[in-house]
Amino acid sequence: MSAPTTTTHDSRLTTHDVRPVAGADLVPLRDAWGERLVELAAEYPDLLVLDGDLANSTRADIFAAAVPDRFFELGIAEQNLLGVAAGLATVGYVPWISTFVPFLAARALDQIRVVVAQPHLNVKMCGSYSGILTGKTGKTHQSVDDLAIFRAMPGVVTIAPADATELRSAMAAMMGHDGPVYLRLTRDPSPVVFGPGYRFEIGRGVLLHDGGDVALVSTGVQTVRVLDAAELLAAEGIAASVLHLPTLKPLDIDAVVAVAERCGAVVTAEDHSVIGGLGGAVAETLAEHRPTRMRRVGIGDTFGESAPNDFLLEKHGLTPRHVAEAARAVLAAKG
Amino acid sequence: MTIAEQTDERAGRTGEGASLAELDRLSIEARRLILQSIHTAGAGHVGGPLSCADLLVNLYFDRLRVDPANPGWPERDRCILSKGHSSIALYAVLALRGFLPVAELATFDAADSRLQGHPDMTALPGLDMSTGSLGQGLSPGVGMALGARLRGLPFRTWVIVGDGEIQEGQIWEAAFTAARLGLDTLCAIVDYNRLPQFGWPDPGGFTRTEPVDDPTGKFRAFGWHAVECDGHDHAAIRAAFDAAEAHPGQPTCIVAHTVKGKGISFAEGDYLWHAKVPTASDLELAGTELDARLAGIGGEAGVGQGEDA
Ligand SMILES: Cc1ncc(C[n+]2csc(CCOP(=O)(O)OP(=O)(O)O)c2C)c(N)n1
Ligand SMILES: [Mg+2]
Repeated sequence: MSAPTTTTHDSRLTTHDVRPVAGADLVPLRDAWGERLVELAAEYPDLLVLDGDLANSTRADIFAAAVPDRFFELGIAEQNLLGVAAGLATVGYVPWISTFVPFLAARALDQIRVVVAQPHLNVKMCGSYSGILTGKTGKTHQSVDDLAIFRAMPGVVTIAPADATELRSAMAAMMGHDGPVYLRLTRDPSPVVFGPGYRFEIGRGVLLHDGGDVALVSTGVQTVRVLDAAELLAAEGIAASVLHLPTLKPLDIDAVVAVAERCGAVVTAEDHSVIGGLGGAVAETLAEHRPTRMRRVGIGDTFGESAPNDFLLEKHGLTPRHVAEAARAVLAAKG
Repeated sequence: MTIAEQTDERAGRTGEGASLAELDRLSIEARRLILQSIHTAGAGHVGGPLSCADLLVNLYFDRLRVDPANPGWPERDRCILSKGHSSIALYAVLALRGFLPVAELATFDAADSRLQGHPDMTALPGLDMSTGSLGQGLSPGVGMALGARLRGLPFRTWVIVGDGEIQEGQIWEAAFTAARLGLDTLCAIVDYNRLPQFGWPDPGGFTRTEPVDDPTGKFRAFGWHAVECDGHDHAAIRAAFDAAEAHPGQPTCIVAHTVKGKGISFAEGDYLWHAKVPTASDLELAGTELDARLAGIGGEAGVGQGEDA
């Protein structure tokens, strides 16, 4: 955002001024994650990292090098990985899991359900390489349904930060929360848009851009592309609000309703299936609390494929241009 | 006497270090409570609970350092019933040991009960892990044993798995990991009754038996210390547990030779009694058999012999 955003007077909306996307520092969430774990380990003696033979991809290797006695390599055995984490949690440790999203959310799903979520154990489940931008690995390594899975699982806090700054703050909040958390991480460098004064709060959405014509609601690093979309719309004289929801569960229902009331038209955007994730959550919320015209931008009912990021964003309709198009469409429908 | 009318006096809580005669008596009481509870609930499993009843009695009355008055004691020994469908056996033994009133067994599987169909550690203090989806219990056991090592706590971790259950791949993920970490405070006990729930087609007809052949050899191949014992003989169980505790450097697997439905003539070895509710007349016949066994070891039918701890 080139100009500072205006401040909303709706008490249901927390605002934060973000830095311009253009020219922002680029930091991969995974790197920030590995570095932040080292910092948190100094503060929390019970923090452990449990890896599934992917540390040099997830960047748990940063932690392994710095805090070797609290790094445990559990090998390519993800079901066991989650069970070992549960056992350690009963002894008061706070295990952080290092693996890719599908090997966590899909391979170890029943283990997460039975020995982590149902007993509400304090395990921090970190899924790296989320969404479809996984570095040309293809559909086995991409995740289109993890937000839907964790959002539907009772008691699991579900977090998808937008950038390295928000991630760092979110990780401290995760340590402060006694219970299972899913954290969605990404592989590639992405712009740091949050300023240093920002504080993430579990369950709190943040208004990053204030406008009365259309509300763009997004989560994860897709929010950065949505900020660009708001700029595209502004150039056409369309004033968009950008509501970032870093917590999918618990969802900030008040903020979703407030921004829908203000704009009367909503577009959701996520690097995830349009079924069951952010789009699903917002649609459910609005249908119940404030029916509002909306469009969902996200991956259709399909799996991914290996390709460069630009190709994937274009093919699956996740670019700023696609978000802006959806905004125009919903505005036209609003009339 | 219905189960809800029973008093804890019947339990005879002797605590750790019970005599073999006392363990035999408690096994008989546990079996009686298991059958009565399933009858009262009108649902549940019989074969598996009777199969592992002696192992649980031996653990809770002779082996585990636990305190019913302080179930969350950080230094307590841990016990995971990975074959969670045998929950009623664990509940009966926990009741006899004083973790819950014996009369509460009448609430097994009922609305608002702490005694869920499969063990729910959030519902009942004294349960060290939630189980019910087979194959999952050994991994948390690895985590607990590792946690004990990291914390420098002296507790041991015991995990009871079914012989059918060890078809699950996760068991072998956990076995590999426990051996690699050299977790010698961890002991897996295989309830080797050679029956799963249903079985499978076989060239010679239909077989119900031997879901996994030679578990001892398989655990050894995964780097475990492994011993075998008669899972219904308290002296033999005690000796196997001693062997597990004495062995350094490796986790121990005890393959306990058991009989599914053990102790009740009509249930023994019959796969149909995996999950079947005893009728009133079944219960009567079982009671007669258990009374006779009790008389055989010098006890009085239906009356607890032990002194309160
Ligand atoms: C993952 C999973 N699959 C299937 C079941 C259903 N089930 C419950 S008990 C059982 C048979 C267990 O056999 P075994 O492990 O030999 O136990 P036991 O003979 O001691 O009853 C089955 C298939 C389950 N609870 N969990
Ligand atoms: Mg069996």
